[in-house]
Amino acid sequence: MTTREVVLEIPARLDYLAVVRLVVATAASLDPPLSDSRLEDLRLAVSEACSNAVKAHAKEASPEPVTIRCHVGPESFIVEIIDHGPGFDPDELSVLPEVTDPERLDHEGGLGIPLIKVLADRASFRQHQNGMAVKMTFDRPSTSAT
Amino acid sequence: MDLEIDTYAHDDWWVVSVHGDVDIATAPRLREVVIGLVSDGHLDVVIDLGAVDFLDSTGLGAIVGALKRVRTHGGDLRLVCTNSRIRKVFELTGLDRVFVMADSIETAVG
Repeated sequence: MTTREVVLEIPARLDYLAVVRLVVATAASLDPPLSDSRLEDLRLAVSEACSNAVKAHAKEASPEPVTIRCHVGPESFIVEIIDHGPGFDPDELSVLPEVTDPERLDHEGGLGIPLIKVLADRASFRQHQNGMAVKMTFDRPSTSAT
Repeated sequence: MDLEIDTYAHDDWWVVSVHGDVDIATAPRLREVVIGLVSDGHLDVVIDLGAVDFLDSTGLGAIVGALKRVRTHGGDLRLVCTNSRIRKVFELTGLDRVFVMADSIETAVG
């Protein structure tokens, strides 16, 4: 099987996220499909990355679309979310208090990037000329340890 | 999938029954419902996530905010979570250790 590509461009609007989840999960269902559990992980990780992208576009008032690029390969499913926002350093994000700390309840946000890192088999964050690209790899069942 | 939210009284508790996807687009509605309950003096709240198909970090944040809000006013918040996929999101973030999570409304309020 050769690598196939599925590319989706959406307006930077939150009400498109459900469509993105549907399209990406459908692309990842192509032979050989990810397991149901990994499809759910993929849906969540993609939604988190796209949420960040849409928020980034809002900060810059960018009229550009958010691009979702899926590489459907025999050994892995790779999805890249490309935005035109101000960018960020994933290693510079604030650390949340421990869940046993009462002050943890003061923080409603800050979970998106940690979730992406734990859900994908591999995740990378790079700044490009006009924004951010988040690349997530989900290994196919034959190559995944889980 | 859209979000539908119903509220009703159950014993001394108010149940927030959530159906659909709770994501960054819809979570503000959940937050508003809890704010409304607390404003009306209903401080002991159960959020029923049994019919939730998808929950993202913003949805989690709204639930964390709801817990803080009711506790600030002397109330309590418990969750009904029967969907293993939804429970996994709490587990991945460690928030399963913050919330009382039950398999039914009866158990949650018991």
